[in-house]
Amino acid sequence: MTQHHRQAQPPQGERLSAGVQLMLRALQHLPPYRWTQARLARWGVRGRTAVVALPYLWLLLFFLIPFVIVLKISFSATQLSMPPYQPLLQWTGEKLTSLRLNINPGNYLYLWQDSLYGRAFVNSIQVAAVSTLITLLIGYPLAYAIARSSTKWRGVLMMMVILPFWTSFLLRVYAWIGILKNNGLLNNFLIWAGVIDEPVVMLQTNFAVYMGIVYSYLPFMVMPLYANLEKMDLTLLEAAKDLGCRPMRAFFNITLPLSMPGVVAGCMLVFIPAVGEFVIPSLLGPPDSLMIGKVLWTEFFNNRDWPVASAVAIALLIFLVVPIVYFQRAQARTAQAGQA
Amino acid sequence: MASSVLESAAIRQPWNDPRAEPYIRIERVTKCFGEFVAVNDVSLNIYRTELFCLLGGSGCGKTTLLRMLAGFEEPSSGKIFIDGIDMSGIPPYERPVNMMFQSYALFPHMTVEQNVGFGLKMEGKAKSEIADRVANMLKLVSMGEFSKRKPHQLSGGQRQRVALARALIKQPKLLLLDEPLGALDKKLRERTQFELVNLQEKLGVTFVVVTHDQEEAMTLASRIGVMDQGRIVQVGTPKEIYEFPISKFVAEFIGSVNLFEGRLIADEPDHVRIACPELDRPVFVAHGISSAPQAKLWVAIRPEKIQLSLKRPAGDENWTRGIVKEIAYLGDLSVFLILLDSGKTLRVTRPNMWRHDDENITWEQEVYLHWHDTSPVVVSA
Ligand SMILES: Nc1ncnc2c1ncn2[C@@H]1O[C@H](COP(=O)(O)OP(=O)(O)OP(=O)(O)O)[C@@H](O)[C@H]1O
Ligand SMILES: [Mg+2]
Repeated sequence: MTQHHRQAQPPQGERLSAGVQLMLRALQHLPPYRWTQARLARWGVRGRTAVVALPYLWLLLFFLIPFVIVLKISFSATQLSMPPYQPLLQWTGEKLTSLRLNINPGNYLYLWQDSLYGRAFVNSIQVAAVSTLITLLIGYPLAYAIARSSTKWRGVLMMMVILPFWTSFLLRVYAWIGILKNNGLLNNFLIWAGVIDEPVVMLQTNFAVYMGIVYSYLPFMVMPLYANLEKMDLTLLEAAKDLGCRPMRAFFNITLPLSMPGVVAGCMLVFIPAVGEFVIPSLLGPPDSLMIGKVLWTEFFNNRDWPVASAVAIALLIFLVVPIVYFQRAQARTAQAGQA
Repeated sequence: MASSVLESAAIRQPWNDPRAEPYIRIERVTKCFGEFVAVNDVSLNIYRTELFCLLGGSGCGKTTLLRMLAGFEEPSSGKIFIDGIDMSGIPPYERPVNMMFQSYALFPHMTVEQNVGFGLKMEGKAKSEIADRVANMLKLVSMGEFSKRKPHQLSGGQRQRVALARALIKQPKLLLLDEPLGALDKKLRERTQFELVNLQEKLGVTFVVVTHDQEEAMTLASRIGVMDQGRIVQVGTPKEIYEFPISKFVAEFIGSVNLFEGRLIADEPDHVRIACPELDRPVFVAHGISSAPQAKLWVAIRPEKIQLSLKRPAGDENWTRGIVKEIAYLGDLSVFLILLDSGKTLRVTRPNMWRHDDENITWEQEVYLHWHDTSPVVVSA
């Protein structure tokens, strides 16, 4: 009996604190633990395997299963009930053969036929792409300056970039209403400074949407860029200078190509959420703005058309997964080439 | 006739020729990082086509001095002239100098070909010319077949050659090499050392090589500058440095040495006699020295210049007696550690010229040690 216990105890046990060890030992006395461990051991599963399996388990629980559910809904038809869609499998009679499979590709066909969705897609992509580009143009010099500042300052400066996260996202977007509205902070300031005579309409324009997205997502651009630029080997720049390369050219020949993984990561982190962005266009954008996030919201909550909403979500996902996979491949390739 | 012999000696040893114009003139250069003095009042002349080695322990300022030559650091005070031109304020990309970095600093996102051609591309040379010269250069360092590879696909030795090719392609008048062979194993290192010397002779470039490996410095250099704590303590040919070190530090840094503290008891222009408490007889040195009387002195004798015998040597100077405590057989030679009556342990090496030694010296045996009167060197502390 005691022998068995000793075997059952995981080898890491020695390194754990006494309290945890005690708890583990208590756990090991419970039948379910020993039963599970025996079962798992029979399948060749050890503690190490469990650690590796954990992320997969996470993905399964919080990505794959929800995805399958949404996929399932996207292929069913609407009906006035709770939940507001027909089940995929349906018994129409008593017999086994009366099992009916209700696959309804009509939702996707509908997305394709109604130009609203296509325009919303294109518009979202465009808004996201332009905002990503602006974020990159602002974020790159920012990240560069921080990465090249003295070590004493880097932490402080990065902290300042991340600091806005400590207040609520919604609150910050609301604050922009106060800044951009007709008698808001910005207009009042410009009138006071004599730049303009009458308030310029900024709220509920595309400008406000860009402003909001760039502002909200800038840290996501700066962080991967900073991480990349900070670890760059500066002797490479010295080598370039030594070979007759002026600083500006050295930047375009050495720094920029080597920071591409950071650029790609930053752009992905901004572009992907920006495409599906709902809050910023609703609060700051024009009322008739066609963003896919807004369309999704309307289908789901206003029209209660869950299947079409799901189809939109799936289409959006597929549309975004393709470039992610592509870019991740490209990034892996450059990263591999980058390790000297 | 005599003059032509002198002439050729002057070409081979321009540092002994008062008329020769140094290619690099370092004048009283000091470099401080905050309070810390990394390079301290260094003055140095380096001549055309020399292969000059900067040798010294870790942190003694070798890299800093080299970086000032390349233009990555400005001297805190003092001046550097290259080819007669004052280099202060001239950025690295405008100096006629190329550097091979300690870490090689190859551009990871470029192929071998692009790395080597980078300097020419920056000069704005035509594509075809770049391709030709890169191909030639890669052939010179026998890396032709790797031209399409990225640096991470190369071995350490191959990277080192690419770095060398990249630094040489612009045909610089001066090439700076910071620990060029640091990453190579011993065999490859020795081979590359000779390749480097050959290349240097073939191209007629002036090399300044930094190393902390004294054997490497001896193999490569026309002259060696020994550095200690930011200062140049001695400059000379490898032979001069080895045979006539001027200080205890240099003697100990280059090769191994037996040192005895002592004081002068006879000081003549052509010889001196020194009493060392650790030796039971005085040391007779067959050359004069320039030292203040009563100054603390050290007698340095190299291990290979001490002979062992079982018979008592004649005379009353330059020998002593001890007991063999350790014998290490190294193949080409054997190392003996011998304990003197005074408690001092001496290191003696002997070439293994014959398979069977007729004078079979073994552990715990009493032996006599003696040396020629030209062998000891008197050094200051
Ligand atoms: N940028 C710097 N800031 C402050 N101190 C520095 C800087 N660069 C070098 N030092 C200091 O100057 C001293 C000399 O450094 P250097 O790199 O020249 O040594 P080295 O002789 O090349 O040593 P090694 O053989 O280890 O490469 C060291 O003590 C180093 O800490
Ligand atoms: Mg160094």
